[in-house]
Formats: sequence, C-alpha cells, structure tokens
Amino acid sequence: MKSYDIAIIGGGPAGLAAAAAAYDAGVKSVVIIEREDSLGGILNQCIHPGFGLHTFKQELTGPEYAARFIEKIERRGIDTLLSTMVLSIAADKSVTAMNRTDGVFTIRPKAVILCMGCRERSRGALNIPGYRPAGIYSAGTAQKLVNIMGYMPGREVVILGSGDIGLIMARRMTLEGAHVKLVAELMPYSGGLKRNIVQCLDDFDIPLKLSHTVVDIHGRERLEGVTIAAVGPDLKPIAGSEEYYPCDTLLLSCGLIPENELSRAMGVRMNAVTGGPVVNEALETEVEGVFSAGNALHVHDLVDHVSEEAAAAGRNAAHYVINGESTHAERIEIELAGGVRYAVPSIIDPSAIAQSITVRMRVAGIMKNKQLSVYINGQRALSRPRPVMTPGEMEQIVLTKKLMDSYESINSILICAEDREDK
Amino acid sequence: MTYDIIIIGAGVTGSAAARYLSNYDARIAVVERAEDVCAMGASKANSAIVHAGFDAAYGSLMARFNVEGSRMMEPLSKQLSFDYSRIGSIVVCMDSRDMPRLEALYANGIKNGVEGLELLYGEAIQKIEPKIKSSAYAALWAPTGAIICPFALTAALAENAAANGAEFIFNTTVTAIAKEQGLWSVQTDRGLMRARAVINAAGTYADVLHNMVSRRHIHITPRRGEYMLLDKSVGSFVSRTVFQLPTELGKGVLISPTVHGNIIVGPTAEDIMDRDGVNTTAAGLELIREKACLAVDDVPLKQVITSFSGLRAHEVSHEFIVGEAEDAEFFFDLAGIESPGLSSAPAIGKYISEMVAERLGLDEKPDFIATREGILDPKRLSSEERNRLIKREPAYGRIVCRCEEISEGEIIDAIRRTPGARSLDGVKRRVRAGMGRCQGGFCSTRVMEILARELGVDIAGITKSGGASRLISGLAKQDKTAERG
Repeated sequence: MKSYDIAIIGGGPAGLAAAAAAYDAGVKSVVIIEREDSLGGILNQCIHPGFGLHTFKQELTGPEYAARFIEKIERRGIDTLLSTMVLSIAADKSVTAMNRTDGVFTIRPKAVILCMGCRERSRGALNIPGYRPAGIYSAGTAQKLVNIMGYMPGREVVILGSGDIGLIMARRMTLEGAHVKLVAELMPYSGGLKRNIVQCLDDFDIPLKLSHTVVDIHGRERLEGVTIAAVGPDLKPIAGSEEYYPCDTLLLSCGLIPENELSRAMGVRMNAVTGGPVVNEALETEVEGVFSAGNALHVHDLVDHVSEEAAAAGRNAAHYVINGESTHAERIEIELAGGVRYAVPSIIDPSAIAQSITVRMRVAGIMKNKQLSVYINGQRALSRPRPVMTPGEMEQIVLTKKLMDSYESINSILICAEDREDK
Repeated sequence: MTYDIIIIGAGVTGSAAARYLSNYDARIAVVERAEDVCAMGASKANSAIVHAGFDAAYGSLMARFNVEGSRMMEPLSKQLSFDYSRIGSIVVCMDSRDMPRLEALYANGIKNGVEGLELLYGEAIQKIEPKIKSSAYAALWAPTGAIICPFALTAALAENAAANGAEFIFNTTVTAIAKEQGLWSVQTDRGLMRARAVINAAGTYADVLHNMVSRRHIHITPRRGEYMLLDKSVGSFVSRTVFQLPTELGKGVLISPTVHGNIIVGPTAEDIMDRDGVNTTAAGLELIREKACLAVDDVPLKQVITSFSGLRAHEVSHEFIVGEAEDAEFFFDLAGIESPGLSSAPAIGKYISEMVAERLGLDEKPDFIATREGILDPKRLSSEERNRLIKREPAYGRIVCRCEEISEGEIIDAIRRTPGARSLDGVKRRVRAGMGRCQGGFCSTRVMEILARELGVDIAGITKSGGASRLISGLAKQDKTAERG
C-alpha cells in the first residue's frame, strides 16, 4: 500500500470537500477511504432537489451536488480506496483498513480527517413497545430501497419523527404511489427544516401531529398497524389518547447519531451533546493531527455547511502536515448560556484564527425575538438578531481575526441567546 | 413419508434431541412451523445463561438436567464450535431479612451437586463484581455459571444433527396426531407424515400436542419475559451474571454480559394467554428500568439498542415433563421446558435419545460425526491468516454489517449451511449482521441482496423471518404505474 500524508475517512460530502481543500492547500498526498463502491455518501440516494443553494447558487439534486465535488477529486488525481472499510485507527494515527483486493492493510498518514457521517436512531434505541414485524425501516434505509434499489417498502405508511429525511420520504413515498397517513413527532416542534415541512407535507396534505408518538406496534410477520398517542409536556403518552392507524410500513426519522466508533476507539475526546469529537478552531480533535468535519462532527441541516466546514478541516490538516505540528498558545473553552446547547468548535485559541472561523450551534427549544451574542471577557463583543430560532435549524456566528485582535488578551468567550434589545 | 422418529419443534430442545438421536441408526425428521431453527418462542429470546443449577428444587428433573447440562456445555461448545464463557454468576441479597432465602439457595445448590458455591459478605462481593452496590448484605457466588449464545447453540445442534442425516422440515405446522396401525400419523398443513415415535418439543404448544394423544392432560402457560440489550460500548459494565435474590416484592431482573460483548437486562415474568405473544410492552420495559438498579448502581439503560420478549413454556407443576406419555406408547414429551431449559438442553437431548433408542431398539451409528465446524469468524484470525483467506475468498474482504464487522463471506457461509439462513433474521441469528447498534439500518438492504443472489430468488421474495414477513411490497415505479391504472 502507498503511503499518504493525509487519510480521509469517508467519501461523502465532508470527505470530498476536505480532500480537495487539503490538496489545494499544498498537500498532494491525500487518500479518501470509502466503504461504499462509489463516492458521494448519502447524497447518492438524495435524488430530490435543494442542494447547493449556498455553494453554487443553484438548486441541485444530491447526486448532482456530489458530482461537482467528485469531479474536483478526479481533476486533482486524488487517490480513493472504494469498497474499503476502516477497521481501526491507532492512537499514532495508523489506519487499518480492509477490502476485497488488498485484504487487511495499514497506512500511516501524518494527519487524519474523520468524515464518517452519521447514522439513524433505530427502533430499538427508541424503545417502542410491541411486536417486531417486517415493515419498520429507518427513513434513510427506505430512501435507499426506493431511490437506489427501486423497491417500495410498503404502501400504507406512518412516519414517526419529523427529521428532514422523514419529511423527504413522506413526499417520495407519496410520489411513488404510497399513502402516507401521518407524520407523528414526539416534540412540540418539528426536527426538520421549515421548507421541508411546507414542500413535503403541506403540499401533499400529509398531516403532522406534534407531541404524538407510537406507543404500540402490531403485526407478527408484516406490520399491520401502529397505535399513536399524544404525549404531555413530560413526553409521556397520555392515557386515553390512543388512536390505531392501520399501516404496513413505519418509517423512523427520529434523530441522527454521528458515527464515531473509530474516533472513540482511538481515544478522541467526545462532546456528549453533539455526539461528535471535541474540536478546536482548526477543527482538530484532542488527538494532535486528527481533524473532524461534517455529520461525524455534529449533525448538519445543509450539505453546503458540511462542505464549507470540511474544506476548513482539509486546509487545517494540510497546514498541520506542512508545519509538522499544532501550535496552540491558548485554549479557551466557549461557554454557553440562554439555551444554546452546543457550539462547534468549542475550544478556541484566538491567536490561531487566520482570518475568521464559523462557530455553529443549536438551541434547545423554539425561541422568538432573540439575539445571538458573543461576550468576550464578560463584555458583549457582537450580537446578531434572530427573530426565530428552532432546534431543527442550525445557527452560526463568524468570529474574525480582527475582532479577536481588538482585545489585548482574551480570558473567556461566551455565546448566548438573549432577548432582543433593538426592537 | 415414514420415519423412525418425528421431532416436533426445532428450538433448542428439539434440536438437542435430534442431535443426540442422530447418533443412532434411524430416520429422523424435525418438523418446525417457523422457517428456521430457533426462530420463535423460548429458544430465541431468553437470558442466554447456563445456570449453575442451585435454583432448581433438589430432586427435580429441572435440577438434574440443569446440573448435568451445565457440566456438558463446555465440552460440547468445543465439539460443536459455539461460544461459551464461564464468567460465573452471583445472587445478590440486599436485605439481611432475606438471608434465609439466600441460605436456602446455597443449601439447595449444594444438594444439587453444584460445585464451588460460596456465600460472600462485605467487600468480598465487590471483589467478584465491583458494580454490585456496597449496601449489598450478602451474595451467593456460583463460579460454574456461564453464558452462551442460544442461537449459536441451537444452530450447532441442528447442523450436527443434519450432518448425521436428520431431516429438517420447516414452514410446517402439525395439526393432528393419531395412532394408526401401530404408527403415529402426524398430520401437517403440508401433508401426512408417519413415524414409529414422536418427540414433542413444541414449546408453548407442547400441551396442545400432548393432549391430542393423552388423556392425562398437561397445561402450559406462556410466560412472557421482556429484555433489553445494551450497546457494546457499555459491554464491560458488569463481568458476571448478577441476579437479584427474589424478595417479598417479587423476582428481580438479572444483568449479565453476553458472549458477544453486550449487556442483557431482564426478564420480566408475565403469564399471558397468547402462545405467540412475543411483543414487548410499555409496562414491561418500565419494570425492567425500575428493577435494573436494585442491586447495581447506574445501569446504563440509555445505551439500549433493542428490546425483545420471549415466552417460557411454563407447566403448572413447574417441572420439566420429559419421557414417554403414560397412556400413549412411543409418544415422548419434552414439555414444560422453561428456565433452566437452555442450560438443560444437552442433558435432556442425551437422556431422551437414550430412552427412545432403547424403546425402539436402535443401534449406534459407527460413522456418527460428533463434531461440527462453526461459521468462520475472520476477526479471530491473525492479519496474515485473514489476508490469505481474503485472497482465496474475496467475500471475506467486504464488510457488510459495519457495527458487528461482519463480512460477506460469513453471511454466505450462514446461508450455505444445512439448515441454513433463509431470511434476514436467519442471517442475523447466525452471524450477527444487523444485531449491532444500528439494528440493520445499514446492512439490511445488503443482506437482502446477498440472500436473493445465494438463494436464486427475486429480492421481493426475501423476508425478515419467513411467512408473510416480506420486506418490500414491489417495484417503486411499478407501484406508481399500478396506482394510476
């Protein structure tokens, strides 16, 4: 096996953008390791439009968006190992992988970028009681069946969870001739983007029941129906509110979990809120020379943001390879308040910001008439109005070198959602 | 078709009977209503424990077969190549007032002949299992307690029986049994079969079959036990099987590692009417959550990857019914096989085979194959060995299930066995593809493609677990066209 300076784990949107950016930043010895037989990751099954509005000012489908990045990889002659599964990454960054032709092999890159993406929460993890018949799929698995393999999982459909994939699949199943009876959402708000609620449910008269969940699953061999119940503020089912929905298919869109088995096993420190690694302003984990981006780092709403973030990780990894070490003068852990659940990156060395960094975050509940503010050394440094914030839509704030340089020294950085003052 | 012996039920007990009987020169059929061995009922969903044998009442068949089965299991695991791990089990007594119960268990275990039993107090308890609460008063330590995989045991027994000539007939339900001209006529939904002897290993239906031929009725109550399985990331939470001593407030739940590195918590115990009622319930899962932390602190129940439920075939006498029915010659019952049924299976199989062989005058086979080779697990090979294997069979280089790291080669092996996997669940139970933390979200479509290719059928015919458990309803575009007429 050839040796490489940078190994990128995963050839989805994050891996592709990271590889191209690392190459352009001066490191030509890059390899993308992908377990599927083609690049593009989950984009390949996202045949609906809506990708690339930020990046390309155009509405592309998932495969079209992926193709633009795959072309970048091909033009640069970046090596890819397809149908190859990474089995482990050691603390010294040696990557052990396996495929049909090379068997088990190890490469020893100088830097690693973790771009493994995320997976869907399963029925088992949701603890839904009842039988375990055929016909229960995660929304993404159903999407693969329909869009890639050309098969219908069923005809009479109930969807639990209003994550974006669930909403997209409500529309897809309807377009394919199935009857989507209901989308039930445990929380009092949707987990998906507003535009998907409008375009995937409202436009097709598919009801969305907030504060509802599946409390029983019927059918011993094939799914026959589900019992839906309303839930109270404690998210527990309300007795007497049960309603039976006959259906042969239950799709689950109840949250995405960053895939970090490899990261954990190699000793990368994890963020309990995001499920992804703790990273600094360079998107570098606490293992030197190991970077992370995309949905493995934290779950995004828009692929444009994934590409942007991963490109930054790619540049930073290249910088690391060229300089041979990470130089960090300071380490300021971003503090959070006012319902901001997390921030990525969460650790900042203000002097290490070259031009600017984007800090991405989510809030804990629906908030109206707020502003997102950054306090440095206890003083408000900047403030951005936010008429509406929801957990389903990621927020971001840009911290510039200029802002950082305006302080002689920085002891603390706090990000908070607070009441709007400029009304 | 006429056989010497028809075994009804391909659970662990029926498969064990088949395996030990296949040592004799006889025509054996195992008739199973499901599409696979170990596919429903008690064998499929239990604590996956080889009980040491201190619990079953002294002098009972349960005690006898448990202790004997527990002794047989380790050598059998080597012969038939299934995982077995003697991690020991410990019964925790939280309250000094319950000590008489713990002492009675200890005394009963000694009488049953269980080796190595020890009563522990104070810090000696945490030396065995550090996670047990320091407020525990005493504990009974049984070093011979072990864990196995019930699917692996059943598949191993069945494959070995098949290798020795036993025929497995799936998707076939017995509807009536009667004696005709000295032979048992076994009517099924797929035709009539005849045999000199019938072995009833029908689990929660064993009373129905028994009562077809005997006036001395037995009565089996399906007793549902619900479980939760926790992620491998917390798989080392406990390293022993931890039981809670039953108290005035009822039976507790156990917490145990599994041979695959998960943690299992359960079971509940609820008598129900439905002989196939393997659904989980909100109340049952809640009860597990409540009881899980009685003897151990901070059980990581948030790491649950799946929950499931199994049925124990509870006979009112709470005793195994093993042997020839008094008023039905050559009809042998293996009924009421509830816990410790899994532990007892090898002993029951051996016992019944000797009894049936004697009654039918069967001779031992000179060419009996006593061993079975397990499904190759490439993870246990060195890198060099693994690479040689992949060079020879590249399918071992393609990972299909990422959570459990299962290669296509292992899945093909599972399908090509006799009896082999025919469904997603069949594959899952044999090689664990789909049994990990994503619960098949990633690999199920891939396994469906491999099954369709290997079995030479259309993917639309692939099921989750046989019968009507179809996974897809048809072609995507075709459905749409049909809709529009």
